Amino acid sequence: MEYFLQQLINGVALGSIYGLIAIGYTMVYGIIGMINFAHGDIFMISTMISLVVLVALFSIGVTSAPVVLLLILIAAVILTALYGWTVERMAYRPLRGSFRLAPLISAIGMSIVLQNYAQNAQGADKKAFTQLIPGGIEFFKDAQFSVWLQYSQIALFVTTVVVLAIFTFVVTRTPLGRAQRACEQDIKMAALLGINVDRTISLTFVMGASLAAVAGLMHLLYYGSTDFYAGFVVGIKAFTAAVLGGIGSLPGAVLGGLTIGLIETFFAGYVSVDYKDVAAFSILSIVLIFLPTGILGRPEVEKV
Amino acid sequence: MTENTAVQPAAPEEAPLETPVVKSAHPAVALLKDASFWALLTFALMTPVAGFKTVARGGRYVFENHMDVVIGFTILVFVGRILLNLTIWRKPKTATARAAAGTVFDSPAAVQIKKLVRPVLVLLALSYPFLTVWLSGGLVTGRYWVDLGILVMTYVLLGWGLNIVVGLAGLLDLGYVAFYAVGAYSFALLTMNFGLSFWMCLPIAGVLAALFGVMLGFPVLRLRGDYLAIVTLAFGEIIRLVLINWREFTGGASGINQIPRPSFFGLEFVNGPGGFADFFGLAFSPVHRLIFFYYVILALAFIVLVVTIRLRRLPIGRAWEALREDEIACRSLGISVVNTKLTAFALGAMFGGFAGTVFAARQGYISPSDFTFLQSAFIVAIVVLGGLGSNLGVVFSSLVLVGGIEMLRNLGFIREIFGPGFDPVQYRMLIFGLVMVIIMVWKPRGLISSRTPTVFLKERKTVTSDMISEGHG
Repeated sequence: MEYFLQQLINGVALGSIYGLIAIGYTMVYGIIGMINFAHGDIFMISTMISLVVLVALFSIGVTSAPVVLLLILIAAVILTALYGWTVERMAYRPLRGSFRLAPLISAIGMSIVLQNYAQNAQGADKKAFTQLIPGGIEFFKDAQFSVWLQYSQIALFVTTVVVLAIFTFVVTRTPLGRAQRACEQDIKMAALLGINVDRTISLTFVMGASLAAVAGLMHLLYYGSTDFYAGFVVGIKAFTAAVLGGIGSLPGAVLGGLTIGLIETFFAGYVSVDYKDVAAFSILSIVLIFLPTGILGRPEVEKV
Repeated sequence: MTENTAVQPAAPEEAPLETPVVKSAHPAVALLKDASFWALLTFALMTPVAGFKTVARGGRYVFENHMDVVIGFTILVFVGRILLNLTIWRKPKTATARAAAGTVFDSPAAVQIKKLVRPVLVLLALSYPFLTVWLSGGLVTGRYWVDLGILVMTYVLLGWGLNIVVGLAGLLDLGYVAFYAVGAYSFALLTMNFGLSFWMCLPIAGVLAALFGVMLGFPVLRLRGDYLAIVTLAFGEIIRLVLINWREFTGGASGINQIPRPSFFGLEFVNGPGGFADFFGLAFSPVHRLIFFYYVILALAFIVLVVTIRLRRLPIGRAWEALREDEIACRSLGISVVNTKLTAFALGAMFGGFAGTVFAARQGYISPSDFTFLQSAFIVAIVVLGGLGSNLGVVFSSLVLVGGIEMLRNLGFIREIFGPGFDPVQYRMLIFGLVMVIIMVWKPRGLISSRTPTVFLKERKTVTSDMISEGHG
């Protein structure tokens, strides 16, 4: 029971990170119908930025944890958003209206570029991150096992909820959100009605990248390390989460993220650590084959 | 879509009376503004990631200053942006305008040259090992070139195999490397555990890979487009993870070593009596085996090529292309979508399995790290950049991507510019990714963007591949 509870906490923490990244996938797919393959690497870039900012802050003598975290968060969100915008502008916008495979190939190219850029710029070694929020609450203590809720996990849950609240507000209540939803339904019609489609899509990428930056910092706080290859597998799992929740649906992305996080943690905890990624990929395949609309998605109507 | 509506001339009576908003007073100012914007963006993007490298020293991280690189790139972007705006980017930007303008490849002289391309390439491929050995002056110095030839031919073979799945049947497969892995591991395990020879293993590996192709193909029959791509990617990753973790069977992450080398019709490539060199009265050289491998893979590639060309004219090949164009129309005309898709997957996988077998035999050792997603992306890039469905395109893009990137190793002058610490090889994947993006933006239909349909009304003619659908899986 204690073991189960501990896995549950860890699973939800992992799932929150996946959920935050999955939103970036689901929004882009919803609007322009492409898999932003480089999104996982944008996430990785954000972890690198966080690390560099942390080292910079420490070296000028800023060591108070809340101040450091806030400054890192601001810097990482702004710079990662800039990366998101640039990637869209360079690799995807020229291909809008081109044939369907072109943006996907371009996105794979961009993913390779970002990975190797980070590898060359920051080195191939695994980067460790200072534990900024140490400690936790211990409960359900008995002789063999005690359940820990770490403070970093609490920070992760709180941040996720706050960020999602802000995000939901933007999408449902602001003109930008309305433009995004309009583009999602029908890009051509939205353009005819005077919506600046290019700007809306750019801002979608910026928003997705910002969320990836938040996820990146949370990932660093929680796991304490990153490397240039960290984006690939996390990205695929987050995409799985987006599909599982129903692509195009925001609550679906979070729900999918939590589901994938829980499944992965429980599989690793009860079945096999070695095969946990196999489990995640198998779920992806099974969901796509048997439940292609996901949990909260709308069925796709086949038009002739 | 939006571009097309923008170029429509407005009716005169609807023209606005006030002067249009002028973006900038002078073209030079606009040029500088644009260049400064991108230069500043480059600076902002690169400073936090590339400007300060974190290096672990004494239990904590310290910065290693690389701002010179950042500033160099900023200047490069500034100048490059101005130059590009003055030269290449002044051409009409819409796809339709580009198509109407035509290219140098349409002139009568070019049409004549185009007819010669295929025979010349075949001759070059056939004489390549002897040519390079002769040109570089001996077997020892020619070794590198023969090796490079094998590498390029392997990717040509893989590209032609994948071309059946992606180019003809329109099923985007991002896990093609799985079949390559199945071929390589089948050969390695069969020959190590049962002592089967290379020539016995080749067909068995092909059949096993084809079985895996059907295994993948069956569940994904209903999937289309991006979803298909992601499931195939997952399949490739699952195979790789199983290869890593099933240690008793596959040797785990360290892979399989000392795979026996094939022989030339019973003649081993060894020094001494009874060997290949001894039998033909030549001086022994390890390069003989490489040349043999080159011809094995060339023969396999030609078989694949001929099979593909012939199949395109058979009902099954036409069904593949029909499926790519419109799946619903195919179904309503009574084409079995199940059979069509499965044969495409199985054949493509079989050719991948052949390539894997040759790879394992050539290397002598294999490990799961040879079969990563990056390999799949590489093969897909070769097919798509060459022009989906074009066999000649695969050859060109293999030459550019594999050969060209390999050539980076030889660029000594770059080292002289950037100093001795600079190693161009480090940046080859970076350049490879950039090339993928640039070719896609510049020519989304690939380098060879014309096709010759096998079904025609009166005369055989070549059409632009904009008329060809890419399939939705």
